[in-house]
Amino acid sequence: MEKFTTIISSCVPLNVENVDTDQIVPARFLKATSREGFGENLFRDWRFDANNQPKKDFVLNNPTYSGKILVAGKNFGCGSSREHAVWAIYDYGFRVVVSSFFADIFKNNALNCGLLPVQVSEAFLAKIFSQVDKDPRTELKVDLENQTITILATGESENFEVNPYKKECLLKGYDDVDYLLSLKDKIEAYEKSRIVFSV
Amino acid sequence: MSTKGKTLFDKVWERHVVHQIDNGPAVLYIDRHFIHEVTSPVAFKGIERRGLKVFRPEQTTATCDHNVPTLYQELPIKEELSRKQVQQLAENCKNHNITMFGLGHPFNGVVHIIGPELGLTQPGMTIVCGDSHTATHGAFGSIAFGIGTSEIEMVLASQCLIQAKPKLMRITINGKLGKGVTSKDIILYIISKLTASGGTGYFVEFAGEAIRSLSMEARMTICNMAIEMGARGGIIAPDEVTFEYIKGRQFAPKGAEWDKAVAYWKTLPSDPDAEFDKEYTFDAADIEPMITYGTNPGMGMKVTGTIPENEPNTKALEYMNFKPGQKLLGMPIDYVFVGSCTNGRIEDFRAFAQIIKGHKKADNVTVWLVPGSKQVEKQIIEEGLKDIFEAAGIPLRQPGCSACLAMNEDKVPAGKYSVSTSNRNFEGRQGPGARTILASPITAAACAIKGAIADVREFLNN
Ligand code: SF4
Repeated sequence: MEKFTTIISSCVPLNVENVDTDQIVPARFLKATSREGFGENLFRDWRFDANNQPKKDFVLNNPTYSGKILVAGKNFGCGSSREHAVWAIYDYGFRVVVSSFFADIFKNNALNCGLLPVQVSEAFLAKIFSQVDKDPRTELKVDLENQTITILATGESENFEVNPYKKECLLKGYDDVDYLLSLKDKIEAYEKSRIVFSV
Repeated sequence: MSTKGKTLFDKVWERHVVHQIDNGPAVLYIDRHFIHEVTSPVAFKGIERRGLKVFRPEQTTATCDHNVPTLYQELPIKEELSRKQVQQLAENCKNHNITMFGLGHPFNGVVHIIGPELGLTQPGMTIVCGDSHTATHGAFGSIAFGIGTSEIEMVLASQCLIQAKPKLMRITINGKLGKGVTSKDIILYIISKLTASGGTGYFVEFAGEAIRSLSMEARMTICNMAIEMGARGGIIAPDEVTFEYIKGRQFAPKGAEWDKAVAYWKTLPSDPDAEFDKEYTFDAADIEPMITYGTNPGMGMKVTGTIPENEPNTKALEYMNFKPGQKLLGMPIDYVFVGSCTNGRIEDFRAFAQIIKGHKKADNVTVWLVPGSKQVEKQIIEEGLKDIFEAAGIPLRQPGCSACLAMNEDKVPAGKYSVSTSNRNFEGRQGPGARTILASPITAAACAIKGAIADVREFLNN
């Protein structure tokens, strides 16, 4: 996994609540057997019409907005557990998603793939949206070490929570499987006392 | 030292903690792991890249369900990508000594149907699968939840997961259910009250007289949809109904082991003085047959109700082509889908048959009846339900996820209305542009007969 360092970037505002993973990547694109290339199908049905023509009114098709940070409405990533949703967002080029609320599985999946979910208050989210409305080039600074997110133009800042273990993993580019493998003896010892009933 | 009682969830969780990371999550041992063709291939690639073999292959069971056609399963899958995914799963299972119930196998079916049906799902276990509706298995008093592909890789590599302990919620439903009210209506009702994100961060124990009175099938429907209110999973205390259901199944403990198991399972229910982080109580008498009118499962109402005048989600109403204040009863529909891991069990088809018997489906509706598994399909035929369906003008299809997520050919066309017993009414879930109305199997049967949104209570005597 890539190490996560501080990110300063403009952002893409997606002011929609309850964005479910079926919208992030529709099921019909889940047939690939490798994790690359999903960015093409990110928000497929919001981005493209039935004839694969870009829909002008969708924010990803609006050249005014760009950047490594996706800012979305409350309850982002609900629905299906598909990690493909995270791969698509990451593959498209985002490294941070900001919302006032994340669905649990999405949050876990994101952290496992080096995509940082930053949960902010409703009020701070509204501030970001209104600032970006005023100036589409508005930059945000996401500092994982200090767990802060800042709107650079106004200097307004908020702290965000991140599980200390996951934070460590992200900062070091360290991976859960490596960690689990290092516990092999402990796992085998646990298995000896485990409750199992034979068939 | 606190002597506070423990919840069912606490008891199962504590028994599975291999290691507690300081200030962090726990390393949790996983008893049972299910995999399917869509979310597992990248995880196998991952462990192979690390030069690993699956650590405990006998604790993983595979099935193919998401992609499979529901007609002519005997023939090779026509769609190339789907065929490849299924082949890839078979190959991965072969290379790593994992049991797979492939297409046509008598144990094949939707992953959350076959686990319980085969007795692989048991109380007190930790169960995971790369699929959010793994919550279904919680109906047995196990900790069951959906995981992502990176986590599948962790389980394949170490039989463990790194998990933070969630908060606990208890939802109690007191009293007795009214006529025509099923477990699907209970859960749609709960989600409509708590919203599609009301359970986020929580594991939910369902309790109370109305829950206790339910069959295992019906309990599974409730836990299955716990995820639709954002919860990590649902859990229901095991009792005699649970033991009766498991007894004698393929992979259930037998003989002396059975007695030992039951004795252990009986220790699992939450202690009377156990505390939950959040509690809700509802009265079963307030629940009526439910339908959804929007594009998340929280947008539900009674079948006889009207869409709220002040519904804030106008985007959803636009997609559904509904108006605030609109009544849906009597509105013509185009499709009916009965199946999925929510309502694709034998009891669901029996219930559907009871209503449809002696009627014909309306000419304007296409009805897809898709059993949740080969075993369900077999029972439908043996019990004569298939004949009842055919007399009503409805053929029976073959098992799979089908129109629940429309990865195969079973897609509802754009703009059409589908009354579906599945779990998600998201935009495009049943096909690009499809409009889904979630309901119980008996409400679906009433709608199939009328060709319109209908109140099943019209079809029930007394
Ligand atoms: S039936 Fe639907 S919800 Fe259940 S596993 Fe299949 S796709 Fe998922």
